[in-house]
Amino acid sequence: MTVEKLSKAYRLGRLHTAPDTLFGALRQWTAAPWRALRGLQRLDTHGASHDAAEDDLFWALREVSFEVQPGDVVGIVGRNGAGKSTLLKVLSRITEPTSGGAVIEGRVSSLLEVGTGFHPELSGRENVYMNGTLLGMSKAEIDRKFDAIVEFSGVSRFLDTPTKRYSSGMQVRLAFAVAAHLEPEILIVDEVLAVGDAEFQKKCLGKMRSVARSGRTVLFVSHNMESISRLCSRGLTLHEGRLVVDGQVDEAIDAYRHNVARPQRQWAAEAAPGNEVVRLRGVRVVDPAGCTRAEHRIEAAVWIEIDYEVLSAGHTLVPNFHFFTAGGTCVFVGHDLDPQFNSQPRPVGEYRTRMEVPANFLNEGEFTVGIAMSSYHPFQVHFYEREVVGFRVIEPEPGLARGPYAGHVPGVIRPALQWQTESLSG
Amino acid sequence: MSESDCSRPPRHRTVIGDARRDGGLRLGELVAYRDLFRFLVWREIKVRYAQSALGVSWAIIQPLVSAVILMVVFGYVAGMDTEGGSKFLFYFCPLVPWTCFANSLTDGTASLVNNSAMLSKVYFPRVLLPLAATTARLLDFCVAFALLVLVVLLEGLSLRTDLWVLPLLIVLMLVAAAGWGLWLTAMAIQYRDVKYAITFVVQLLMYLSPVIYSASRIPDSLTLAGITFNPRYLYGLNPMAGVADGFRAAVLGTFPMPWDLILVGSGSALVIWFTGLRYFRRKERIFADVA
Repeated sequence: MTVEKLSKAYRLGRLHTAPDTLFGALRQWTAAPWRALRGLQRLDTHGASHDAAEDDLFWALREVSFEVQPGDVVGIVGRNGAGKSTLLKVLSRITEPTSGGAVIEGRVSSLLEVGTGFHPELSGRENVYMNGTLLGMSKAEIDRKFDAIVEFSGVSRFLDTPTKRYSSGMQVRLAFAVAAHLEPEILIVDEVLAVGDAEFQKKCLGKMRSVARSGRTVLFVSHNMESISRLCSRGLTLHEGRLVVDGQVDEAIDAYRHNVARPQRQWAAEAAPGNEVVRLRGVRVVDPAGCTRAEHRIEAAVWIEIDYEVLSAGHTLVPNFHFFTAGGTCVFVGHDLDPQFNSQPRPVGEYRTRMEVPANFLNEGEFTVGIAMSSYHPFQVHFYEREVVGFRVIEPEPGLARGPYAGHVPGVIRPALQWQTESLSG
Repeated sequence: MSESDCSRPPRHRTVIGDARRDGGLRLGELVAYRDLFRFLVWREIKVRYAQSALGVSWAIIQPLVSAVILMVVFGYVAGMDTEGGSKFLFYFCPLVPWTCFANSLTDGTASLVNNSAMLSKVYFPRVLLPLAATTARLLDFCVAFALLVLVVLLEGLSLRTDLWVLPLLIVLMLVAAAGWGLWLTAMAIQYRDVKYAITFVVQLLMYLSPVIYSASRIPDSLTLAGITFNPRYLYGLNPMAGVADGFRAAVLGTFPMPWDLILVGSGSALVIWFTGLRYFRRKERIFADVA
């Protein structure tokens, strides 16, 4: 399989500014169908180029090239929105690339979902045939494997019952049984393991492992680094649509972890997020000494520092920082509380705002920070950049808030709180 | 992995993106997916009549009730001339192919939007969906056609020798339905307006087809702004004109067979079908993005 300079762009919905006069409203109203038609036509991004300054294009993949040899088991990692699923969709021919291409030698089956094409009104038997032919099997092939599929699924008693009367577990088992009996030369799998109970996931992983050992080529996307490193020999790391690592699976996973915890971002004036009022120019995660770093000791404070440029005066601007765990849970949101700036209109100029996350507050682990700039009267968000920077809180030696306990301390935060104990027995 | 696995020549080769030759009809691929096509047709039929008390009788009720209403309103109340023969059959004959045509058009147009979840999860030639929806309506047609034959026998008419034309007309109807269906389906997924317009368009097409009147009323010479032309050729561009009137002529025998309409209609149906398939195959690549 050869993939060359594959790019894929999606058109984002564009926000229209509200008209402020009756005439403007009328003009906008009459023009709306034409604008809508143009918008619909532009959904086809084929032929769009990277250079074209089209601000409503989102590049999900940018010039991704790699090669896969027969028998390779390749894990694809990257954070949400890095382009993993888009890559699989392009390779399984569900969606067409905007530019670039790929040549795949061998029969491909892609499993982006379990039970595609299942219809609740059809019986289990009919759905096996429906789903099987949809995945590329011929009727003769399914006839041959039918008994094996039924036995694997364990729902033989309900074969002639409409699947709408199945429990969801039974549906998944039957659907996976069909998928497990595909015999492609190249198998493309997206997080199908994320559904179902633990037992089902174990079964899926077992099947994946036997497929991988049988010498077939497998492309596998997952957020579960453990299953990636157990199954795959090669790894690809995607970051913001670009292929950043193509190598051993451990290298790829390391790069993924590193990308999550990137402590610094900067933008050139023309690429800076924001609008005509304010633009974000840089974000840093720094230690109390002022050094930018990705790893912070649990007993030290972490400072988040942003640089921004106010382009038009007269707006009251309140920076706010949004903290998330690596799993996507919001830890907290902090707003600028500095009385000098947070309640009066800002003059044009460059500003730097810093915020301290106190020492002994966050637990060990990885965190990402989103940066937003708002005005409150009237409420307006000038920009909100998600997952701009990330950092890791580490505890090389037992810290203050841990106490004598040496094991893993669960939780998102681990503050050092006031504790008092007194003896009441005199 | 054994050595032989490695050296086995690959039987399939998939080309994605720039390197792919664009625009072809890729008919070979459709043949490879014929089993899927069969199951899609089967699913369409099975799902349509699942949990409905009357089941496939619905295929008869629709043209039957329409024919009775048309007969009462136009045949008796408005007193329109049916040029001899049974008033009921005058309306029922063209309604049998027309109902099938209208339903397959509506089903075909909805097929991609209804299955959009499938489009974003697995690859298969998308053109199978509207084609399966159209083909599935053939069952309804057969049932309604059996009723038509029954009515003819009950009315004491003999089965005429002109009936050999009917298979030809049925094929013409299918090609026309599939052709229009391909055009509208491909447009419907990008422009949802088509979905809202389709009922209206089908209704308009019915007035443009000789369903409530006979095409023998269309003159074969007309002078407009000094230009004399044969409006029957223009009228016949709608393939259903020849089909609807041809059914009437074949079964009733009170009109001559409208060969001019059938010929022009066959030509235009083939053009619509071919361009529709091309347009669909060209648009196919963006379906998953816009669905």
